[in-house]
Amino acid sequence: MKEAAIIGVGQTAFVRGYEGSIRELAFDAYREAMLDTGLTPREIEASIICSAPEYDKQRTPAGTIAEYLGLNPKPTFYIETVCSSSSSGLRVAYALVKSGLHRVVLVLGFQKMSEISSQDSQERMGRGSDVLWEAPFGTMMPAYYAMHARAHFQRYETSSEDLALIRVKAASYGMINKKAVYQKGVTLEQVLTADVVSTPLKRFDCCANADGASCLIVANKERAQSLSNKPVWILGLGAATAPINMSGRDSLTGLACAREAAKEAYQMAGVTAKDIDVAEVHDCFTIAEMMAYEDLGFAKPGEGKDLIRAKETYRDGKIPVNVDGGLLSKGHPIGATGGSQIRTIVLQLRGQAGEMQVKDPEIGLIHNIGGVGVYGNVSILGR
Amino acid sequence: MGFERFGVISFASQTKAAPFVDYLDKGILMGTLCKKCGALYFPPRTDCSQCLSKEMEWTEVKGKGKLMSYSTLIYAPTGFEADLPYTIALVEFENKMKVFGRLSKSIKEDEVAIGMDLKYQVVKLPKDRITYEFTKA
Repeated sequence: MKEAAIIGVGQTAFVRGYEGSIRELAFDAYREAMLDTGLTPREIEASIICSAPEYDKQRTPAGTIAEYLGLNPKPTFYIETVCSSSSSGLRVAYALVKSGLHRVVLVLGFQKMSEISSQDSQERMGRGSDVLWEAPFGTMMPAYYAMHARAHFQRYETSSEDLALIRVKAASYGMINKKAVYQKGVTLEQVLTADVVSTPLKRFDCCANADGASCLIVANKERAQSLSNKPVWILGLGAATAPINMSGRDSLTGLACAREAAKEAYQMAGVTAKDIDVAEVHDCFTIAEMMAYEDLGFAKPGEGKDLIRAKETYRDGKIPVNVDGGLLSKGHPIGATGGSQIRTIVLQLRGQAGEMQVKDPEIGLIHNIGGVGVYGNVSILGR
Repeated sequence: MGFERFGVISFASQTKAAPFVDYLDKGILMGTLCKKCGALYFPPRTDCSQCLSKEMEWTEVKGKGKLMSYSTLIYAPTGFEADLPYTIALVEFENKMKVFGRLSKSIKEDEVAIGMDLKYQVVKLPKDRITYEFTKA
């Protein structure tokens, strides 16, 4: 189904403490995407701005950013599904161009996590779960994913070593990604002996916070073909939700929203897990990547560990996953993350991924999760 | 009224399910049951998303629970630091009612195991606050 394509991509370096405002951060990603396509601002017919608003000082940032990017008087919209905001943005952009309402739409994801003090950030983390029924117990994101890890260990005999292998892989690609916030290598021993954050997850099992922005330019078929000689087509989109309360979950060994979104995306694209040549998955924690292998069908439930043990998710393996360093090493600036994952797959499909390039991929997949499996987005792209 | 007393820190003071706290005062942990279609809810809610009824009744969380999973926090969000380390858990009770909460510190670390039998108990906190936790059944 070649009806809408991504014709331009951009991403800032992911850094700790960006020295500028959110509009300037957004501009850096926007500029790269615009230069990638050779478009002028007048050709962008609408913009979709994506972030997690609790980190922003600016109320309703879409207006400020659209102005700074020079996109007035065209419409702008704000889309939020926390960590998967910019994948949700892609979904809305697809709908806008497919409906015929606009021909070329921009998706800009950003997060300046350092906009607020670390104390404010700690306070917001406490409110990341259901504020009525779970936050009063003192919950945090790592603890929830840690519960999933514990359940996975128990049911499938996965171990901390298996999770550590995922971190070592991520670091090996973070080292060759100049836009990654964490460019150092990590050894198995370092991962296993690091400070515990929430049992059984340790410091290196957790992704790196960062400031950053990403930008995608989406066009309808006619504009994509006339404006780009390497359009990357949106073949399948899946989106789903699951209860935020753990009480509403049937099991903690995978994420139902990811399975549901994957099913929908595979169906729309008319492909199966076996057809995917390269993937970006939401590895906010090592256990999240392990569950993604299984939720996406790259491995049967419980067999994700065999993939990483055999290095099948490395660049030269059967199904390369997160060969840009992933959230673990590249970093996780919440609103920018999905767009960055999508950019990585676009570059892979164009053959422009440099040292990270997988051999001649035709179909790529992006798995982007918001909250602890509250929002699931799976997108499938092809040449 | 009264919901602001729930938990170590409450972030929202108002919900129509606030009688939950009055039941905790009596030592009982309650979910809700839809009178019309029989849907069972924990955490409690005053609106049924299955049949759209607003006729709900309180129903006690019953029986022995089984530990589904848990994690012990070494770092905490703002305001919870004094409690560290503490263990959060998901426990499945009768009728598949799943309850989220903390494990009692009376359970030793090496005794905690997925599948273990647990029961709930109400815990009074300083400054007239109240919560519940899970102990060995």
